[in-house]
Amino acid sequence: MSPSQSPTLRTFIAYVEDQPGVLNRIASLFRRRGYNIVSLNVGRTHEAGISRMTFVVDADDDTARRIEANLYKLVNVLSIEDITRVPSVTRDLALIKLSVGPEKRAEVLQLCEIFRARPVDVGPDTLIVEMSGDQGKIDALVTVLQPFGITEMVQTGTVAMTRGPIGAAAQATHPSIHPRRVA
Amino acid sequence: MTTPRNEAIQRSEPVSAADEPRSLTGSQILWETLVREGVEVVFGYPGGAIMPAYDAMIQYPIRHILVRHEQGAAHMADGYARASGRVGVAVATSGPGATNLVTGIANAMMDSIPIVCITGQVPSSLIGSDAFQETDITGVTLPITKHNFLVTKPEQVVAAVRQAFYIAASGRPGPVVVDITKDAQQKSTDFVYDSSPVRLPGYRPDHMPLREDVEQAVEMIHAARRPILFCGHGVIEANATSLLLELVRKTNIPVAATLLGLGGFPATHPRNLGMMGMHGEAWVNKAIQEADLIVAIGMRFDDRVTGNLKTYALKAKKIHIELDPAEVNKTVKVDLPLLGDAREILRLLLPHLRKLEIDEWIQHIESLKGESAVLEIQHLPDHGRLFAAHVIHDLWRLTEGKALVVTDVGQHQMWEAQYYKHDHPRKLITSGGLGTMGFALPAAMGARLACPNEEIWVVAGDGGFQMTAAELATCAQENIKLNIAIINNGYLGMVRQWQQFFYGGRYVATPIRSPDFVKLADAHGLFGVRVTTRAQLADAVRQARENPQTAIIDFRVEQEDSVYPMVPAGADLHDMIRRPAPVAAHPIYETGRDE
Repeated sequence: MSPSQSPTLRTFIAYVEDQPGVLNRIASLFRRRGYNIVSLNVGRTHEAGISRMTFVVDADDDTARRIEANLYKLVNVLSIEDITRVPSVTRDLALIKLSVGPEKRAEVLQLCEIFRARPVDVGPDTLIVEMSGDQGKIDALVTVLQPFGITEMVQTGTVAMTRGPIGAAAQATHPSIHPRRVA
Repeated sequence: MTTPRNEAIQRSEPVSAADEPRSLTGSQILWETLVREGVEVVFGYPGGAIMPAYDAMIQYPIRHILVRHEQGAAHMADGYARASGRVGVAVATSGPGATNLVTGIANAMMDSIPIVCITGQVPSSLIGSDAFQETDITGVTLPITKHNFLVTKPEQVVAAVRQAFYIAASGRPGPVVVDITKDAQQKSTDFVYDSSPVRLPGYRPDHMPLREDVEQAVEMIHAARRPILFCGHGVIEANATSLLLELVRKTNIPVAATLLGLGGFPATHPRNLGMMGMHGEAWVNKAIQEADLIVAIGMRFDDRVTGNLKTYALKAKKIHIELDPAEVNKTVKVDLPLLGDAREILRLLLPHLRKLEIDEWIQHIESLKGESAVLEIQHLPDHGRLFAAHVIHDLWRLTEGKALVVTDVGQHQMWEAQYYKHDHPRKLITSGGLGTMGFALPAAMGARLACPNEEIWVVAGDGGFQMTAAELATCAQENIKLNIAIINNGYLGMVRQWQQFFYGGRYVATPIRSPDFVKLADAHGLFGVRVTTRAQLADAVRQARENPQTAIIDFRVEQEDSVYPMVPAGADLHDMIRRPAPVAAHPIYETGRDE
């Protein structure tokens, strides 16, 4: 289910002002216009007062363009970029709790090794493993671990960053170095 | 100025030069800022959470219009904005006061009207506690405002109000709510007015098209043989009428208008075609379907304009001059969007345009017009009956087309759009996108405050008028002079028409009884007169115009007349229900009048 596998899944990056209610404005826009959110992640950046969002939506080309235009209209949205077709690093983080005693522990850890998942908590009959990767890789790990007894699982939405130099959304957050188009 | 003022209250120095910091309350800062934004009149209703602001208002040169329901305040601010091109202001208390504004805010949002609504909010310490008259109005209005603010400290008032005005009026205009907690109104802070331009890093409302796109548009226009221009609301909002006139003078391209674009291009201009869409002129809709180029200026291809999108204007290439990128390709796919202010883009296009060889096309449209004329109600005799279309036509003639007309929503609105020929922008004020019944009376009152020297006519149905008729008392109290034409057919006429056409003639919940509007006028100390035949019309209009007070004319029109032509919702644009031919006895029912 990663963006690269399905052409209808779009990944966007948005810079937003870190103010109360901003997430509500964005979520409300998606609901009102009937856009389908697959995942949404928001967190702080290295700059005070500015948050960065990554969201994945299910949309065709035209809807994607209108999502961008509508988000751009929100006063608290500083910049937005559709990175679906831009080479990027995308990551989800998953925590998986298993009901595993000492007898199967080694086997599970061996499998985790293959996926570069790592144990972060071990109890007499439990194990929590942490893994980051794209959705496809997380899904594969879940499939492999399922027979051992998954009791809980949590995962973040996708976070993404374009490869290479500063991305368009990041640059546009600073209007002084992003001159306006003029006729 | 008839608002009773308490003369005992000394006005403190209003609006000082204010570079020196002064300690003012949040309420005082609110009015200081509003006055600096050029506000002279606000429409509102006091209540607990906004009382500190009201208490401070008396110190400032602001006229307050006490409405009878906050919906009226929002519509008045809306009408004020539409008539003047400035920002209208409504004030309400928290909870029910704020929620009563909601319809008016949604109406302004749909029609891109700049209004600022100031609401009181419970003290910040009580927010989230379900306190008395607490409503999360920023949450409620989030999807129906361009932006909104919750202000919890007096230090935040100046910035919020200034940003609200800037956001409301710039780019594609719209409503902004500023919700101010009671403690933010009461507490004091040092006030220094900062008049530097508002800075909002995430708000970039202006766009300019690329030069090559402008050049391509010119090429497309010159290549067209059957071109048509669309005049939308954006032409009026951008004050681009003179440039559109110049464009038509240079190119000779005919112009069709949306409902909100009426008046953006003179109705009596030889190249004007009239209104398009569901109740547009038959020849306009036919011409759109045959056109090879549409240049749409400041309009958004609303479903009432396009009909069935699958068959809409298939032969036409489309150039879309639009300020809001989110409107491009929303419903109708266009070949060339030109993003930006209509005025600026017309200015860029004009020097490159030349006259088109389109005489054949223009003659063709004229022949379509002639074909439609046989079904035109203006050519039908009244036989002693009173037809709404005749009323509007006569009103246009008697006012020499110069009145500012404010309509409600329904059949009368469409008849007004068809038969009152507006030659100037901002002379028709009507609720387009939201279709808000009850809009006309309060919006006209707002327009009166903006334009004290205009002749203003309210055209409303008997149904919609009753929704906000309480504002007649406001008219009387504030000495607001309006002329009100109630097109009274005893039905919720547009719904009745749909029932006749699409619901087997079952008139469910559409017959509506009204009070005696003449007596209602009298009860308010206003002037009222009833008209039941066309012969009585001119005299009644004369009396209404001469009366210094608001005057109501109760026009008892044909009860079951319908608006023609009509493109049923979702039907092909050329697939119109036409007025039945005069001989094919369309049943004209007895009106059941008691006179």
